[in-house]
Amino acid sequence: MAGYEDKSFKWIGTRPVRPDGVDKVTGRANYGADMKLPGQLTGRILRSPHAHAKILSIDTSKAEKLPGVKAVITGKDFPVMHNGVLPGDEGVNFHYLSCNIMARNKALYDGHAVAAVAATSAAIAEEALALIDVKYEVLPHVIDVDLSMQPGAPLLHDDIFTTGVTPKPEKPSNTVQRVQMQLGDPDAAFKDADVIVERSFKTKAVHQGYIEPHAVVAEWSEDGQCRIWCSSQGHFMVRTLTARLLKMEAAQIRVMPAEIGGGFGGKTIIFIEPTAVLLARKAERPVRIVMSRDEVFRGSGPAPGTSIDVKIGAKKDGTLVAATGEFRYQAGAFPGSPVGAACMAAFGPYALTHVRAVGYEAVTNRPLCYSYRAPGAPLSSFAVESVIDEIAQKLSMDPMEIRIKNGSKEGTQMVYGPKLKAVGNLECLKVIQNHPINKIPLGPNQGRGLAAGFWFNMGGQSSAVVNIAEDGTATIMTGSPDIGGSRASMALMAAEVLGIDYTKVRPIVGDTSAVGFCEITHGSRVTFATGMAIIQAAEDVVLQCRQRVAKMWEVDVDAVKWEDGHARPAGANAGDQKPLSLAQIAAKASRTGGPLVGSAAINAGGAGPAFGVHICDVEVDPETGHVTVLRYVAAQDAGKAIHPSYVEGQIQGGVAQGVGWALNEEYIYGADGRLQNSGFLDYRIPVASDLPMIDTLILEVLNPGHPFGVRGVGEVPIVPPLGAIANAVARATGVRMVDLPLTPPKILAAIDAKK
Amino acid sequence: MSGFQYEAPATVDAAVGLLAAARGNAKVLAGGTDLLVQVRTGAAQPDLVVDIKRIGELRQISGAAASGFVIGAAVTGAEIGEHKELAKAWPGLVEGMELIGSTQIQGRATPGGNLCNASPAGDCTPGLVAAGAIAVIAGPNGRREVPVEQVPVSPGKTSLAKGEFVVAFKLPPRGKLSGDAYLRMIPRTEMDIAIVGAAVNLTLDASGTCTAARVSLGAVAPTVLLADAAAKALIGTKMDDAALAALAAAASAAAKPIADKRGTIEYRTKVAGVLARRAAVIARDRARSNA
Amino acid sequence: MSKFHISTTVNGEAVEYLCDPKQTLLDVLRDELNLTGSKEGCSSGDCGACSVMLDGRLVCSCLVLGVEMQGRSVETIENMASDEKLHPLQQKFLEAAALQCGFCTPGFLVAAKALLEKNPNPTESEARYWLAGNLCRCTGYDKIIRAVLETAADMRGSK
Repeated sequence: MAGYEDKSFKWIGTRPVRPDGVDKVTGRANYGADMKLPGQLTGRILRSPHAHAKILSIDTSKAEKLPGVKAVITGKDFPVMHNGVLPGDEGVNFHYLSCNIMARNKALYDGHAVAAVAATSAAIAEEALALIDVKYEVLPHVIDVDLSMQPGAPLLHDDIFTTGVTPKPEKPSNTVQRVQMQLGDPDAAFKDADVIVERSFKTKAVHQGYIEPHAVVAEWSEDGQCRIWCSSQGHFMVRTLTARLLKMEAAQIRVMPAEIGGGFGGKTIIFIEPTAVLLARKAERPVRIVMSRDEVFRGSGPAPGTSIDVKIGAKKDGTLVAATGEFRYQAGAFPGSPVGAACMAAFGPYALTHVRAVGYEAVTNRPLCYSYRAPGAPLSSFAVESVIDEIAQKLSMDPMEIRIKNGSKEGTQMVYGPKLKAVGNLECLKVIQNHPINKIPLGPNQGRGLAAGFWFNMGGQSSAVVNIAEDGTATIMTGSPDIGGSRASMALMAAEVLGIDYTKVRPIVGDTSAVGFCEITHGSRVTFATGMAIIQAAEDVVLQCRQRVAKMWEVDVDAVKWEDGHARPAGANAGDQKPLSLAQIAAKASRTGGPLVGSAAINAGGAGPAFGVHICDVEVDPETGHVTVLRYVAAQDAGKAIHPSYVEGQIQGGVAQGVGWALNEEYIYGADGRLQNSGFLDYRIPVASDLPMIDTLILEVLNPGHPFGVRGVGEVPIVPPLGAIANAVARATGVRMVDLPLTPPKILAAIDAKK
Repeated sequence: MSGFQYEAPATVDAAVGLLAAARGNAKVLAGGTDLLVQVRTGAAQPDLVVDIKRIGELRQISGAAASGFVIGAAVTGAEIGEHKELAKAWPGLVEGMELIGSTQIQGRATPGGNLCNASPAGDCTPGLVAAGAIAVIAGPNGRREVPVEQVPVSPGKTSLAKGEFVVAFKLPPRGKLSGDAYLRMIPRTEMDIAIVGAAVNLTLDASGTCTAARVSLGAVAPTVLLADAAAKALIGTKMDDAALAALAAAASAAAKPIADKRGTIEYRTKVAGVLARRAAVIARDRARSNA
Repeated sequence: MSKFHISTTVNGEAVEYLCDPKQTLLDVLRDELNLTGSKEGCSSGDCGACSVMLDGRLVCSCLVLGVEMQGRSVETIENMASDEKLHPLQQKFLEAAALQCGFCTPGFLVAAKALLEKNPNPTESEARYWLAGNLCRCTGYDKIIRAVLETAADMRGSK
């Protein structure tokens, strides 16, 4: 792999218009629900109105007889899966996944799918759902994680035995696992502390809030082949999981990636695709299923609520001596809460010799908890950053100074084991420290909050193909859905390596039959890993060009170099040859060996962890508890910003989500366990007037694991905002807020209690 | 049955006829920003929908400040906001209407719909009540007029009889040294249903003494409240801090809120007083500048 | 229940369609007229992804019935570019990277165009409040607002 660290770039770091942009601003781009096939039926899903219930019987006979209904399915139409995780399953329990997509003997949450129909119109499908007779035996339910972990709590499954505890439990419970990560001996080291702060925190479940509901069109043909159009964060994942769940062969399923209207982790798993396939098979016609907004909130994969205890000790001079955290995370109805990642990230910004992070996850009667942008980390970080802030207050120390003093850097060991290579934590802290916001005086009822955040980022499997047409223009193809502008970055990287103009490179996202396997678009991995595959595929093309020119010039391939989009003699002994452009070489391709195709299929290691530091000013109305965010500045180490506008966009978007998470977003349940706010009216994501401009500062501490130095950027931005906002509110009101979201009634009650 | 009959009559009499003769559940459609959401969720299952937007008189604003405006029940929020004279004379009433939803909702939402949807938290209704507006109701027995606050009787229910619907709002004449204001508490800055709403309408005399006042609270009772005691706390005073504090206490005392997903009893009670006071200050300042 | 036959104007052209009373204008645009640029995000008027201009007013098409359109006119995102050229707002959104997933973008463009036609010189606050009915989850609104304000300045300057 060539090293590009010291080069100056022609394309990397510029801000051209994205190649898929015109379709998006004209309404032409096709998202999941925009696909229409001739003869298409409308599919609808019947969902449990109970948080926890035995399903005694389902009678679909009346629905099946309704004119216009072409298929009805229930859990019994799904193949039986092994209940467990087998080697090669990549950690997935397919029985749980199948049961989440369609309930079997139990409904485990309000919104759990219990049956589905396909009909010739939406109206008939709705009518058919009303004709399905489900007999439930309602059971007690549990939603709060602490309550779920108590003995005697309503039991969701009779086969969950807590792992990670000794002795192994004999009785099943809702507690899925205990994980522990530790360095040194924090319990002993607390004795060296001059000040200790110990706090407990509670947070509510939230949703990723993507504006595009889940949508799928499935088509089945009589030879057992199946085509699926859907928006997802990984169409290969859709193929893999659908194939396993329906006991089909992978190559029988072709998944076409629609444009995706937001995912943030919530579309890295499937909810409706197998249902659509089964309906299409039974009805012998294509079936489209689109979730309503209500179904998205009740039946997809939101992020967990938590209960957290953090204890940190420091010396008088601000040196942190010990830290512990216990992170109790809700899972949904099935195991899979990101508590491990939460433990890994919580103390990331701090160099600690003695630290322990313990995590528990417990199932609750809620939809499957799934990934939401740095899964687990925003909450564990919120707790840690709040305690750090409180320690700084107790020591009368600048919250910036305490973070610089204890800041992680190259060589710092993380609680989960590895030592950091070059990273940008201190650089981010310094740039925030020097930012003009610090000079703006704060008025009454205003406060300034600071927080740092960390995410480890991922690599993983990606494939890419670079095809050079006969006129030297390039089409590049990967299998990574573009959720934030990555096609532009792919084109920039390919243009840089090939040495041709960015506008001569057209990127597409290929379907599962067209391109090699790509892991899901998650873990901030696409610019890093799929980008690496593009780079290697482009380098493959460059090598082939050099080989063909070497033949033409009758020299060794080492005598031909590639520079600025041209093959040139590498030295005097190569002869006096005129440089040949990619277009000229491509024109001769058929006579020099055939089509110019470069490809790469990799499992990328070397992902670089990244840090972000945020600072914000808020004003709190002391009579109503209303919070106004006045100013917000976010610094982040991107390694190398391939397209700076889209890096800024990732930062700003993550900040907005974090602000919403901190202030107003929450799943509100009634005493009956039913979700009360399954719409955008009462599930309150930030609107344009809620936010100021979000100042972004991109730092570039190159990641040694990537040819251009790229670090993932998508997830870090959501980690600091909860702590930054909570710390700002604490400074504005004089009250430490430990219960998210910080809604006006809570803040006013806290202010009044303090008086 | 999931569908409904749809009619779009061109006159009030035709609309009354359709509503009176309806065999099943009949609903009036103005802007649709409440009804269509309810139909979608199944909360409303009409057999007949009568669209009143084609009835000319319902879509007009007539009159003047001094003689009294008449606002057609199906005039949109956007149109109300663009009516300069109305906004000058009744800024509080207009700002209440303008706070409903988004710009898109404003393009459709109407004061008639906001009133007759009978949500305790409707943003336009407190301003109408504080202004002393009269609802003009058409029905099988002709037209009748009632104070606006008598239309909603409980959440989602009005005092309208079968075949009746609101066709217009009559505002009283607007003199000098009068001002009104509407404030609401929402967690975000836009788009939310009010947790608390407070409208104050008052008149001062030349010496700055409050001679008349009406205080209306939203979202703190099953229907919009006309808080007499709160108004009395202002009348006869120069609206100094003591009077404003008494107003706030009376407003909090008048509030009878529930706890729900949007707010607690304690919070709503307290903030009712806070917003009433703040609205009174704005109304007072508007009145003073309206000499 | 028989369908209604509606004659209306869509993007300047006379159009006829059949619809059930319960179908919204959004349903009609997407399913009957194949104009899928307007998006369904919530069907309750809370997200603005379905924004269109109805008789010159910015509205959510999910809260208008298809049967209400008799004799009326609607303009959608599909009408924004003309003569093979993008509207200045569309061009600016691209240059300013004011979209990420792009799902909310048609709604924002329709709403922003309506803003600038009513108020060619909005302040940042006026732009934010006008656009509060358009939800975006990707961008945090920063680049969108900048694009709208810059386009407003460009359009004022080019007069």
